[in-house]
Amino acid sequence: MLKFALKRFLGAWPTLLIMIAIAFFMIRVAPGGPFDSERKLPPEIEARMLQAYHLDEPLYQQFGRYLAGLLKGDFGPSFQYKEYSVSELVMAGFPVSLRLGGLAMLLALVVGVSAGTIAALRQNTRTDYAVMAVSMTGISIPNFVMAPLLILFFAVFLGWLPAGGLGDGSAANLVLPVISLALPQIAYISRLTRGSMIEVLHSNFIRTARAKGLPERLVILRHAIKPALLPVVSYLGPATAAIITGSVVIEQIFGVPGLGRFFVQGALNRDYTLVLGVVIFYGVLIIVFNFFVDMIYALLDPRVKY
Amino acid sequence: MAAVNPVSSSAVEGRSLWVDARRRLMRNRAAVVASVILISMTLAVIVGPWLVPFDYDFTDWSNIAVPPDLASGHLFGTDSLGRDLLMRTLYGGRISLLVGLVATLVSLLIGIAYGAIAGYVGGRVDHLMMRIVDILYAMPFMFFVILLMVLFGRNIVLIFVAIGAINWLDMARIVRGQTLSLKRKEFIEAAEALGTPTLAIIRRHIVPNLLGVVVVYVTLTIPQVILVESFLSFLGLGVQEPMTSWGALVNDGAQEMESAPWLLIFPAVFLAATLFCFNFIGDGLRDALDPKDR
Amino acid sequence: MITLIRSGLPTLLLSLCLACAAAGCVDSETGSGAKPAPPPPEDGVVLRKGNGGEPDSLDPQRSEETSAADILRDLYEGLMAETPDGSLAPGVAERWEISDDGRVYTFYLRADARWSNGDPVVAEDFVAGMQRAVNPATGSAYGQLLQAVEGALDVVAGRQPPDVLGVRALSDRVLEIRLVEPTPYFLEILHHSTAYPVHRQSLAEFGDRFARPGNQVSNGAFMLDDWVVQSHVKLRKNPYYRDADNVAIDTVYYLHIEEPSAELKRYRAGELDYTLTLPNNQFAWIKENLPDDLVLGPFASVYYYQFSLDNAPFDDPRLRQALTMAIDREIIVDKVTGVGEIAAYSFVPVAVSNYQAAQFPWQDWPPERRLAEARRLYAEAGYSEKNPLQVELFYNTSENHKKIALAISAMWKQALGVRARPTNLEFKVLLQQRLDGSRWQVMRMGWVGDYNDANTFLEIFHSTHGQNDPGFANPEYDRLLAEAGQTLDPVRRLELLQAAERRLLSEYPVMPIYFSVVKRLVKPWVLGYRPNGLDHNYSKYLSIDTAARGF
Repeated sequence: MLKFALKRFLGAWPTLLIMIAIAFFMIRVAPGGPFDSERKLPPEIEARMLQAYHLDEPLYQQFGRYLAGLLKGDFGPSFQYKEYSVSELVMAGFPVSLRLGGLAMLLALVVGVSAGTIAALRQNTRTDYAVMAVSMTGISIPNFVMAPLLILFFAVFLGWLPAGGLGDGSAANLVLPVISLALPQIAYISRLTRGSMIEVLHSNFIRTARAKGLPERLVILRHAIKPALLPVVSYLGPATAAIITGSVVIEQIFGVPGLGRFFVQGALNRDYTLVLGVVIFYGVLIIVFNFFVDMIYALLDPRVKY
Repeated sequence: MAAVNPVSSSAVEGRSLWVDARRRLMRNRAAVVASVILISMTLAVIVGPWLVPFDYDFTDWSNIAVPPDLASGHLFGTDSLGRDLLMRTLYGGRISLLVGLVATLVSLLIGIAYGAIAGYVGGRVDHLMMRIVDILYAMPFMFFVILLMVLFGRNIVLIFVAIGAINWLDMARIVRGQTLSLKRKEFIEAAEALGTPTLAIIRRHIVPNLLGVVVVYVTLTIPQVILVESFLSFLGLGVQEPMTSWGALVNDGAQEMESAPWLLIFPAVFLAATLFCFNFIGDGLRDALDPKDR
Repeated sequence: MITLIRSGLPTLLLSLCLACAAAGCVDSETGSGAKPAPPPPEDGVVLRKGNGGEPDSLDPQRSEETSAADILRDLYEGLMAETPDGSLAPGVAERWEISDDGRVYTFYLRADARWSNGDPVVAEDFVAGMQRAVNPATGSAYGQLLQAVEGALDVVAGRQPPDVLGVRALSDRVLEIRLVEPTPYFLEILHHSTAYPVHRQSLAEFGDRFARPGNQVSNGAFMLDDWVVQSHVKLRKNPYYRDADNVAIDTVYYLHIEEPSAELKRYRAGELDYTLTLPNNQFAWIKENLPDDLVLGPFASVYYYQFSLDNAPFDDPRLRQALTMAIDREIIVDKVTGVGEIAAYSFVPVAVSNYQAAQFPWQDWPPERRLAEARRLYAEAGYSEKNPLQVELFYNTSENHKKIALAISAMWKQALGVRARPTNLEFKVLLQQRLDGSRWQVMRMGWVGDYNDANTFLEIFHSTHGQNDPGFANPEYDRLLAEAGQTLDPVRRLELLQAAERRLLSEYPVMPIYFSVVKRLVKPWVLGYRPNGLDHNYSKYLSIDTAARGF
């Protein structure tokens, strides 16, 4: 296990390098530069700016410079937010996104797994249909429709919760964004759990357990849950990606100052360094996360050997 | 609907299983109703535009943003540019369904092949293949698509490719995970002992046994792809106006949900109903295909 | 099975509770039914304004986005300032003299002008600010605004060091500015952020980071307290401000909300006192439900489409005229935008004072005659039903731009049979495309006046101007503008500018569509707000009826 972990750790570095390279060169190909603005800069000033940010050098040289900076923990200056460096922006946005995404993930897992299990246990009953129908609304209504509806109802009509922003960072500001972000994932996870739970419940070892006369409840908790969760664990990686993607919309709609918003704004503004910073940050995050997912998978499924 | 494809391609497994499955599926009322709704909606979307008297980009200046109304002939009302919403909903449906089907098919084919090979062969190959997936995963999807749209402009083929090319990653991972646990099973070991070539084992034993997961996954993927397209529309990167999709219509409608609710309600009903139907059919198929449930 | 139900349901309930606790329960945090919590009491009287996007910078010389402009107006004060209705008012300068030839301005600074740390504001601070604005090393997009000042263009182009700029401190309280030519609107430029003073000591200490919270020292009615990127900027009242006694607001929050519909929701939820704008498509709803909060006023801003004149077939003025005439502007402002925009038949907006715009001669024609003439010109240019014009119409991502592009294509199609393809580009791509006239045909653009004078609109079509995207080059036009720039007699100057505009309109390099409006929602407890033509807003003129708001 330790050897496997170490191998994974070492393997992450080339992954990271390739990822940085792809991201770096891709954004440079996109038309439009960071200093194209509505008001054209006089050529002399534009030349100075390009020089100041080393954008006048050949690309490979810029790439080398960027990597060297990264080793020192320097993501470079932001082109758009002239007062800030990318490291500052990422560090400001990440805790917010982490809180939002982490809570949404937790909510999705807890509610999704419970609902899916219940539906599986009562397959083809009214409870099953009800749970699935509710979870399906989560998938069927895009979150850019759901979020404004929630705002309209809970913030504008009822006045219970803030309509947007982070305010002083109190939990009240997070309720609506977390729910909007979690809803589609609740739906996916509950469906996934239901599917695999049904499959597991029909398998031989469960039949054996039942035949032994074990109480149904123990059958579920002791034997069925672990294998039934395998697809859910597999799905954790995509779920993280989905939550990161979803947070772009949710952060936009709720005006939450997280990384997702920086990312979209950065891409639209051709803020090369900011986009790269966010991409690299998320990349590391996903690599680390997938590492843990693999570990959990190995722990849950004794048949998988590394 | 795409979920039916793997069924027919695996018919070698033995006829009775699929006959049984169909019988079980027909007994599942939710799935049957969903299929009927979905088929009629698909037909409406294909045929309907010929029956509506307005063009999808025709601007009726005397009927701007009118609610549903029989007298003016705008059964679903018009949008803020006086365009007939019924026509636009049908037109948008074509695009949404097309995107959902084509992109899912793309991701399905790549994903199953990739995941099954990686999971079964294992070792270095698996490691390398999964590293590649990791690298692609670590590229935030949004970034990738925004960039593609920016570089090559709005193009419907590009949307297919972009969404399909991203989605196979999920498929590949799930298939690999299942394969990893499948390959320790007795019948695979038996096949190996008999000296069956690797590719044949994957094709004959691994892939068919993945069907349960794949079917569930496909039913999750089609609606998901339709949603991704709407997500792009939300960011202003979807299909180019005056063309439209359900996602784009719903997004436009959501802006005016209080002042012109019909703009949200009609396309949203179509979109949600389609997603619902796919999910119910998927569930039905899943239950029907499970051979252990005899 | 019964045991299962028992074990299943509690699990679900338990997990729901867990989830609720994780997300922060409604009741424990805000109390059920409570309005969003008011700001902390140490903020005093609070004003909460919607600000649209994130400011790019709060450095007066480096910022270029409008999202920073009103914040900077609160933070800084130039030699000149503006009244609530947007007319010129003395700022740090209490009086000034202009030489007879109109080329030398002498400003006498107020004795009580102070920086937010108590330092006096001296003439040398203005010299430093303006030198910084034209210094290419600063990278200011607005350096050219000072082009009337002696030496400014040479410095901007890097031919001369910044200290040759014709701005001199004669003493701590006397400042002299020398101009290249008499510039009748020069005082108007001096309330732009480019001409703000800088606190030299903090600039020396912090360099380009001198404008960050914690470093920034400013001389306006407010000072920078905090800036949470992508969330808000918080200003506090500057106790050293010369007129601090009359500033009623203690704390201003500028909230960064890009989407007008999101801004409206937060306004309705009571989180904002004042919006930046409002969503056009909900205007009818607003008029019905929030009539008392709605404020509308003319805006010195023109919305137009431009042709790439070097790109065939748009080198043919008949075609350009036909396309311009085929658009029914009244329908666009009535039915598409519908917030009270004014149909544009000239380029200079009506909100610009001391000016009477030249007009298209066919402005008052009945629609049939206008369309008939458009068809005739279209045919003359060689197009017909069988051989329709194919054209790509570029616009950047925005609900409003999209609607107008679609409306224009529909009108062209219905009137002339033109096959237009509206093409949505991302803003940065649009800006990139416009650099090369061969890569676009017809493109949306808009222009907001930098100052209240027709020159800020007309000069962009001078053949050498950086903003001249269509590539309009007309020696007569250039001559008329240059002559107007030298002319101090207002009547003669007006005639010259009008003649220039007439020339511009007769060549059809651009199709003006409409003049925008200032449109916003202001809560009834915000007192003293008046819309003005440049939409320049100062928080120091506002006050809050705290009894009506409840905090």
